[in-house]
Amino acid sequence: MENFTPISAIMGGLLIGTGAMLTLWTNGRIAGISGILSGAMFPKQQGTLWRLLFIAGLLLGGAVSAIASGGLEVITQASPLMTVIAGLLVGFGTRMGSGCTSGHGICGIARFSQPSFVATGTFMLAGFITVYLERHV
Amino acid sequence: MAIATSGFLFGLGLAISGMTNPAKVVGFLDIAGDWDPSLILVMVAGLGVSVPSFHFILKQKQPLLTKQFFLPTRNDLDGKLITGAALFGVGWGIGGYCPGPALAALVSLNTNVILFCGAMLAGMVIHHFLMEK
Repeated sequence: MENFTPISAIMGGLLIGTGAMLTLWTNGRIAGISGILSGAMFPKQQGTLWRLLFIAGLLLGGAVSAIASGGLEVITQASPLMTVIAGLLVGFGTRMGSGCTSGHGICGIARFSQPSFVATGTFMLAGFITVYLERHV
Repeated sequence: MAIATSGFLFGLGLAISGMTNPAKVVGFLDIAGDWDPSLILVMVAGLGVSVPSFHFILKQKQPLLTKQFFLPTRNDLDGKLITGAALFGVGWGIGGYCPGPALAALVSLNTNVILFCGAMLAGMVIHHFLMEK
């Protein structure tokens, strides 16, 4: 466990939770990134603007952190082809499953939504199994 | 402004937590290897804020700036939910990215991040045209 970074993990988690809290408190919306992204591309009801503003803020958050820390550390192991496959699965899967780590994991569980508990357990398990198969089989 | 601030804090949190680095995420998912449990603390800290605050906020008549809450209406636990979550989990394990961190990492201009985000959007578009009428 030499890569364990508890302080930054807790700080980051607190900020993520605060972002989700403010989204619900001010605008009454769920801060689920996959839903916000697809909702911005395919608007169903009122509310493209708040999605774009949220995404702009998210990008800025990444940028400010990158500037403050002298660049984001991004170490990828997947080949370009596997990266594309992974992206397709994440995009398709989060829409089919109605949410991702933020919408189900942080917001859905906070609402004690049963489907969100199941979805979170499922994508975690699938992630564990995938990495196990990749690295240890 | 409030919603952009929310997104900003969210993005900042993703970057500080290390989730914008796929190696960190895969290190968490690799329970049989040199396991890095950091992401559990990200989740626990995130829930530590969201669970009590959602409880309080959802007791209010309305949000501060809008007239109503926009909460998911679908509450069905079906095959689509589980299949979708499983496909997402496989992609998460391969790429080391879920949607939020991938977007927040775009500023790195890393080729793989750009590829991932492009493919992720394409996956959403494919879902839209195949599954939604």
